[in-house]
Amino acid sequence: MQVPILKQGAFLVAVIQSALTDADIVQLRDAIVSKVGHFRSRGVIIDVTALDVMDSFATGTLQDIAHMVRLRGAETVIVGIQPDVAFAMVHMGLTLEGVTTKLDLEEGLDHLERARPATSDR
Amino acid sequence: MTLTDLRKESKPAPESTAALLRELVSHLASNRTQLREEWIRRITEARLLQAMTKEEIFAEATSVYDSYVEALETRTLESLQAYAQNLSERIIPRGVDTHEVVGIVLLLRDVLARSLFSKYPSGILNDVMDAYEPAANAIALTVAVGFVRERERIIREQQEAIRELSTPVLQVRERLLILPIIGVIDPLRARQLTEQLLRGIRANRAKLVVIDITGVAAMDATVANHLVLTVESARLLGARVIVTGLSPEIAQTLVNIGVDLGKMNTVGDLQGGIEEAERLLGFKVIPMGESAPA
Amino acid sequence: MKPLELMEEIKVSVTSDPDIVAARTRGRAMALQLGLRPTAATLVATAISELARNILMYARQGEIRIALIEHGERRGLVIVAHDEGPGIADVERAMEDGFSTSGRLGLGLPGVRRLMDEFEIRSALGDGTTVRVKKWNG
Repeated sequence: MQVPILKQGAFLVAVIQSALTDADIVQLRDAIVSKVGHFRSRGVIIDVTALDVMDSFATGTLQDIAHMVRLRGAETVIVGIQPDVAFAMVHMGLTLEGVTTKLDLEEGLDHLERARPATSDR
Repeated sequence: MTLTDLRKESKPAPESTAALLRELVSHLASNRTQLREEWIRRITEARLLQAMTKEEIFAEATSVYDSYVEALETRTLESLQAYAQNLSERIIPRGVDTHEVVGIVLLLRDVLARSLFSKYPSGILNDVMDAYEPAANAIALTVAVGFVRERERIIREQQEAIRELSTPVLQVRERLLILPIIGVIDPLRARQLTEQLLRGIRANRAKLVVIDITGVAAMDATVANHLVLTVESARLLGARVIVTGLSPEIAQTLVNIGVDLGKMNTVGDLQGGIEEAERLLGFKVIPMGESAPA
Repeated sequence: MKPLELMEEIKVSVTSDPDIVAARTRGRAMALQLGLRPTAATLVATAISELARNILMYARQGEIRIALIEHGERRGLVIVAHDEGPGIADVERAMEDGFSTSGRLGLGLPGVRRLMDEFEIRSALGDGTTVRVKKWNG
């Protein structure tokens, strides 16, 4: 299942709609990394509100995405982690260390706008 | 005791047991009024069900009697279980106790047994009792277990409610939550606290949480671990946590345990924590008595 | 009214990627049906996800069984993840907590153990693997 990745100004927004298989997650990773390069985006937001489970593979791949995106000069923000999911994650030791996490899309965009303000055109 | 055991325990051949039970049931049904009255009399004599009125006792006794006989007749416990649960739901709030429920069922068993004694001559009486007793015991057990289960369920719910009440998550400012933790933190309570906090963060869109541990009874490795997990899970929801009320001793304990205090903001006291939080959120803190700059 | 015995069990074959999602979705449904709180149901689903993935990655195929269980007044779920794969050479090592910062936990088993109330594993080289975990209500 393809996750739609939308361009929002200098940022990319990927909103996950339903449960993802491992193959879907890998496909998402490749698509995001490719698009960040193509659009020279400054930031990526991945909305995981619809995910009712985040296991070691999902969190590991999200961390991979953040890492690869950073290599292209952009920041990744994960938004929408559900309370129950967060609870399960920390109990398993999956803390998404090093990856910015915000409550929702609005907060994510706000963070990216502050962290990566657009340089004015001269 | 299950229905299977009930069937196994009867010593006479199954067909004659079935026939005997049918015979019993018809005897108990036709003497219903008289036996029920006898039973109610003995309930009152034993001072059971005092929380209920005479009319209520009569109504319940009728239902129980009929369910009892039906269970004997159909040799299944399903509708009796359902009835027992229903009965428990109604009478527990009235203050009826376990021993009363078990008591009245046993009294009914006795009343019916005596009636069988007087009806059947000694030759056949043994067979009759062999058929009756296991069934009667299974019934008593079913009713008692149903009642106890319902009570325990209610107690669990009440305890859960009390726990939630005793750990309120307060919203003080927009985007700021305060969670004062007071008393003993067992794993169950810790779990509940974390869940409440996370739901609160989501509902209030909190960016900052001040967790005050001044009132925590004992800080050990388990509690410290729960605290760290809470801080980490709050972060996943985009909220930063400031922990306040850490005495130097407790801070030392945490460090000794191996908790990375660098992972959490810590401020000495709650007041200081709130001020720090407000500062982080962009509020200006004006001490009392001073006027704001013009 | 159900009799007082174990009765419901579901079995999910794990042979491909989508089976991981299927197993954990059905596991969550059973947990909720049992009356587990949504948070506990998520723990169950997450554990199943890890166990199912292990089966796929290390044995290519296996099965996950999920059943309702009772112990006195308590009710719960037992999850059995079984495969006839190569087995784990050093089970103790696999159960050690040594995760990298990437969040990869090897077999993820220590994490699964932390999520569940009871945890049991039986595995030997060449002898397949069986992981049995339980989550209780309340």
